[in-house]
Amino acid sequence: MLHASLKTLSQGLASGKYSSVELTQYFLRRIEQLNPTLNSFITVDAQKSLAQASAADAQRAQGRAQPLTGIPIAQKDIFCAKDWLTTCGSKMLSQFISPYDAHVIERFNSAGAVNLGKTNMDEFAMGSSNETSFFGPVRNPWDTERVPGGSSGGSACAVAAGLAPAATGTDTGGSIRQPAAFTGICGLKPTYGLVSRYGMIAFASSLDQGGPMGNSAEDLAMLMPVMAGFDARDSTSLDRPVEDYERDLAKPLSGLRIGLPKEFFAQGTSPEVLNAIEQSIVEYQKLGASIVEVSLPNMALSVPVYYVLAPAEASSNLSRYDGVRYGHRSAQYQTLSELYENSRAEGFGAEVKRRILIGAYVLSHGYYDAYYLRAQKLRRLIAQDFTDAFAHCDVLMGPTSPSTAFKLGEKSNDPVQMYLSDIYTIAVNLAGLPGMSIPCGLDKQGLPIGLQIIGNYFREAQMLNVAHQYQLATDWHQRRSPHFGEALTS
Amino acid sequence: MALTLDEVKQVARLARLAINEEEALATQTQLGHIFNLISQMQAIDVSQIEPMSHAQDLSQRLRDDVVSEVDQRERFQSIAPEVHSGLYLVPKVIE
Repeated sequence: MLHASLKTLSQGLASGKYSSVELTQYFLRRIEQLNPTLNSFITVDAQKSLAQASAADAQRAQGRAQPLTGIPIAQKDIFCAKDWLTTCGSKMLSQFISPYDAHVIERFNSAGAVNLGKTNMDEFAMGSSNETSFFGPVRNPWDTERVPGGSSGGSACAVAAGLAPAATGTDTGGSIRQPAAFTGICGLKPTYGLVSRYGMIAFASSLDQGGPMGNSAEDLAMLMPVMAGFDARDSTSLDRPVEDYERDLAKPLSGLRIGLPKEFFAQGTSPEVLNAIEQSIVEYQKLGASIVEVSLPNMALSVPVYYVLAPAEASSNLSRYDGVRYGHRSAQYQTLSELYENSRAEGFGAEVKRRILIGAYVLSHGYYDAYYLRAQKLRRLIAQDFTDAFAHCDVLMGPTSPSTAFKLGEKSNDPVQMYLSDIYTIAVNLAGLPGMSIPCGLDKQGLPIGLQIIGNYFREAQMLNVAHQYQLATDWHQRRSPHFGEALTS
Repeated sequence: MALTLDEVKQVARLARLAINEEEALATQTQLGHIFNLISQMQAIDVSQIEPMSHAQDLSQRLRDDVVSEVDQRERFQSIAPEVHSGLYLVPKVIE
């Protein structure tokens, strides 16, 4: 069962080799044994998960099984799940039992999947290392002294260490792709608007997008139809029919044009990362793809533009946490102002406060044009660069991150260094394009390297095809940390 | 670009975040570094560019003006910090 594909697990359930209850128990046992070391989950509720598993088994017995019926999926703790503690990695919501389901959770429930638990994350998804979580950092299974990336670090770790067959994530500036790269798994951020944000706790609404994380492109293709789909409760949800994301997996890659943006191969990126990317490009050429050099001339501006727009939207979104209707309330207050100010000062961590302050400042009187409006104008330039590049190629490729996983504490005291580590992922969110990361090598220290694949709008099926063909020819996606194997749980 | 200590305190007040002197000083330094990064935006002439607020140029959907939510007051108030007789309690704001 360990690191088995979703298709294999689905077949195992269909053939009666094991039940969903047995499968769920297997992963719950791994979580129980390994989570104290990895801190990948914030909440595990065996009773709830097993009740869902047993309902899935009953559904199957009645002949009503769907592809994901009975398969346990770890849910990032940003998705509200009815009657589950839903914390978003924050002290502010550390006691928040959600009264409703996010659209994504509803979809997994109606697909018959089992909620395996809620995964750890950077507080309110603000971070690139999982160190800003109120519940402590997640450890990277490849080296527990290193970060798993963020903000979906708990989900990435859960898949990489075999605590879950697959997981959900969200990506505002790279939060699915970068942790996928750091832990050697696959992650897809869909086109903005494909996955409903209803019940997905808001960080920066014009950038936030949910997506799947798993062992292979094939697994992601199975998860996408469950996650994507129109939802009237999200005003930016796109009214499009749900696609069959597996339809193109088997297509050969002959004739594929891969664009290599020269800005992705700039100085400052680790030579070992660059070497692994170059090797994977060679592999793609063997598979019949041709290479085109392209340019995204304004890419360097994406970091400053993002750190205006995302905090501005965050300061507005997080104004709802006032200690009145739900969430943390300070014990120290006399006046209403003190109630607000103390509850928020106690409930939010340092990084969240920092971003709220940046956002409040750039939106404040007299500064709007200089910061927010200017950033929105530059956002159009950045998006236009991608449109121009896609006139010459089908997909873009480059590194997901300039380095492999860094050490815990290495960047946590230097926000600017941390922000710059998102250089290759942020522009994709600003443009609203789909992006994914797949494993393509290991560095000398044995740490995974991620290849980023960026597609044009709504080309997820093509990107999954491009990733799957590579995974048929190579085995990087099957490499797993030697420290958390089957022996531990057998 | 550097923020003054008073600006840091003012923006914390606008954001309803209590901040003490020590935190304000540390924040001032960090925000200084971040705004230094952000100032790279000033190098480009943006006078001819339309702002982009969104990835897809969508218009807002309209819906019929009918009730779509059921009453869940008790459920929602069960997670509130302090309620009384169905009301959310806050300190007195009007004397």
